[in-house]
Amino acid sequence: MVAYLLRRIVQSVLILLGVSFITFLLLYVLPADPVRQIAGRSATAQTVQNIREQLGLDQPFFVQYWRYLSGLVQGDMGRSYLQKTEVSTLIAARLPATLLLMGAGILCELAIGLSMGVVAALRRGQTSDQALMIASFVAVSAPQFVVSLLLLYVFAVQLGWFPIGGYGTASHVVLPALALGIMGSGWYSRMMRSSMIDVLRQDFIRTAHAKGLTRSRIILRHALPNAILPVIAMIGIDIGIFMGGLVVVESVFGWPGIGQLAWQAIQRVDIPIIMGVTLVTACAIVIGNLLADIIAPLIDPRIKLR
Amino acid sequence: MTVSAKQTSGAASAAAPDTQVLDVSRLCVSVRAQGVLKPLVSDVSFQLRKGQTLALAGESGSGKSLTSLAIMGLLPPPAVQVTGGAIRLGDQDLTQINEATMRDIRGNRIAMIFQEPMTSLNPVLTIGTQLVEAIRAHDPVSRNEARSRALEALRAVRINQPEQRMMQYPHELSGGMRQRVMIAMALALEPEILIADEPTTALDVTVQREVLDLLRDLQAEHGTAILLITHDMGVVAEMADQVIVMKDGSVVEENDTKSLFAAPTHPYTQALLSAVPRMGDGVKPAKDAATDSVLRLDNLEVRFDIHGGLLGRVTHRVHAVEGVSLEINRGETFALVGESGCGKSTIARAIVGLAPYTGRIELKGQYLEGADAQERMSRCRNVQMVFQDPMAALDPRMRVGDLIAEPLVIHGIGTPAERATQIADLLHRVGLPAEAAQRYPHEFSGGQRQRICIARALSLKPDLIIADESVSALDVSVQAQVLDLLQSLKRELGIAYLFISHDMAVVENVADRVGVMYLGQIVEMGTGAQVFGNPQHPYTQRLIQAVPVPDPLHVRMSDVRLTGEVPSPVYPVGKSPRRVKLVNHGEGHLVSRSKPEVVE
Repeated sequence: MVAYLLRRIVQSVLILLGVSFITFLLLYVLPADPVRQIAGRSATAQTVQNIREQLGLDQPFFVQYWRYLSGLVQGDMGRSYLQKTEVSTLIAARLPATLLLMGAGILCELAIGLSMGVVAALRRGQTSDQALMIASFVAVSAPQFVVSLLLLYVFAVQLGWFPIGGYGTASHVVLPALALGIMGSGWYSRMMRSSMIDVLRQDFIRTAHAKGLTRSRIILRHALPNAILPVIAMIGIDIGIFMGGLVVVESVFGWPGIGQLAWQAIQRVDIPIIMGVTLVTACAIVIGNLLADIIAPLIDPRIKLR
Repeated sequence: MTVSAKQTSGAASAAAPDTQVLDVSRLCVSVRAQGVLKPLVSDVSFQLRKGQTLALAGESGSGKSLTSLAIMGLLPPPAVQVTGGAIRLGDQDLTQINEATMRDIRGNRIAMIFQEPMTSLNPVLTIGTQLVEAIRAHDPVSRNEARSRALEALRAVRINQPEQRMMQYPHELSGGMRQRVMIAMALALEPEILIADEPTTALDVTVQREVLDLLRDLQAEHGTAILLITHDMGVVAEMADQVIVMKDGSVVEENDTKSLFAAPTHPYTQALLSAVPRMGDGVKPAKDAATDSVLRLDNLEVRFDIHGGLLGRVTHRVHAVEGVSLEINRGETFALVGESGCGKSTIARAIVGLAPYTGRIELKGQYLEGADAQERMSRCRNVQMVFQDPMAALDPRMRVGDLIAEPLVIHGIGTPAERATQIADLLHRVGLPAEAAQRYPHEFSGGQRQRICIARALSLKPDLIIADESVSALDVSVQAQVLDLLQSLKRELGIAYLFISHDMAVVENVADRVGVMYLGQIVEMGTGAQVFGNPQHPYTQRLIQAVPVPDPLHVRMSDVRLTGEVPSPVYPVGKSPRRVKLVNHGEGHLVSRSKPEVVE
């Protein structure tokens, strides 16, 4: 177990290194010039040149990357070009809000998706199964900004059940979490449905019936733990897709998280923030996958961590 | 259930008719497809008495399993349903009661064990959990009380260290152990009826013997009525008091076991019994020593690495094949027998280049080692394989003609026109019409599909065909036909076979020479007559003893109960099993004087 964790941590560091290199390279070749953004339109060529030299942006790519990396190793993620603040401070201030929203979003996604999937599998071929699968198709296809605006319009503007935006109380979380979770719930319901149908066909389910167990026990104790295994692996991968959704949803609901931070930074080519947010996201994905891999053998004893 | 009438000798003694526990009368089961009811089981009637074993025998599609599922109320809903007749358990008609009442009966008064012990237990729950929940489903006892009863049940099925087994998961137990757990689970509540659906079909022959003995002992102890569903007439002869032979959903013959085997009246029963391969039938004189060697293995070794530790270094190795040497001559059938995991299939895979090996493989006097890829490919043309499952071995999206032609295409032989005539030829040779080339595999029956596989193997005119359990998945009557086909091809074309099988009776009927494998090594090798007529190695004797004999009058030579399991072929790096030395017992009958064991 310890050997496994050590190996995975080494792998994770290599992954983060790769992510940082590719992102840095992409930002370097980007035609947008961060210095123009900082200096403003009326700046003289001399000012622009000064700022460029000051930020070290006149250096060759590898020198720039090396500087960034050596800072990073010492815990320095650089300073924002425009906000003149440490990137680590900016991210640390916004991370709790994002983690809260992400947790709530995943909870929504799983609660809706898995229950839809299980019910559809148990009613396979019936009208309710077809209705659920159409619903999941709609959920998968609906763009997140449309879902967000729709939720806002119905539940905040028309019904007034939830606040229109902002951050602070539990009722603030509900709509953005739903907006985040609905798309994923469509995926999960389909996955759970096919996984469950597969498991219900297995011999050990027939054995459970032959033992005279109740239907609810067969489903909850025998079928569900087996059916949920592939879904767990999926959650780890899913966190990456989730981050994309965060950028949209945080902007629509005015949620002060790193998604919003990233959105603003991208518009202004604020390279240190973009780098910081990307790396934090990559960390989240790596940790999510690691967690999924550690949880899987707790459910299925046949899986050995190697 | 209380055992009121003491049974003296369970299976053998026929109980009085008033102890009838199950009465199935005129049972019909149908499937609803596109609004039409199609009968699957029609008009099946039988009675089951306390302490009796009734066998439902028949080939696939005979409706024997559906009959048992109907009794359990477990027919796959909603398409398959009981459409007539009655199933009476005591004063209840099981076809009329609701699901909740049926649930109380299942596992409690009628228990069932299934064919596949590997998949019949939930992989994510411990043995203990699964046993305890079965008991608590019907008996409102405390968890501790249920636990001690579960332990008792495990002891009753002769599982050692039951406390530890309770905490283990199914994948940590062998197939035989799992089937015992299934039996323990079924008998923990002392049901009146035990339905055993092919209980030993998936098990090795020595394990099968243990499980059959166990079932018989437990039946004698508790007076359980057993409804045995099987295709194996050997198992029927050993276990059953009464036999019902089914075909296409109907009963064709019913009689007590001795009379049925002595004088089968229905033509189908006669055909079925005559198709059963029997031990002692096929001892034929050894062939004239043709020394035209097709395949020679010299000190073949196959090992698979197991990685572990921090750096993923090799810590253990599976010694799958350990120093096997053998020779197969032209027109000869060499059979490898042994139980699962003994390495017989790995040898086949090494020969066709699917497993890494050391040692030498010589095909028609040429070594495979050292040849470049192209050279190896052309030499491999001389060896073709026929696998166990003909459904899985044929691409469902290709026409039969294309399937058979594929080896020719791969090796670039012939023009399309030439290939077409060759396909027609090959189909004719395996007894299929030429039109078959235009059809798809799913349109054929299991036996016909295996013929297609054989035709494909023949297309490259090989000298050697490796038949890896090629007839194991087939019904006996079909099995006999495919074996006949293989024999006639051998006579006409001089093909040699490496025939890999776990079925001793089949091997005895087809093999010129036999090698018995145990833990990756050959422990006995000789002509069929030598190995089966005069087995020398204790393992060979044990294997032959364990085979169920399709003759109810057969008396087992010794009632030495087989126990113990085959040890694992996994060794830490640096250790290896002791090589057995084969000693000539006379006329080329090679026997080892020891068992392969680990050397420190």
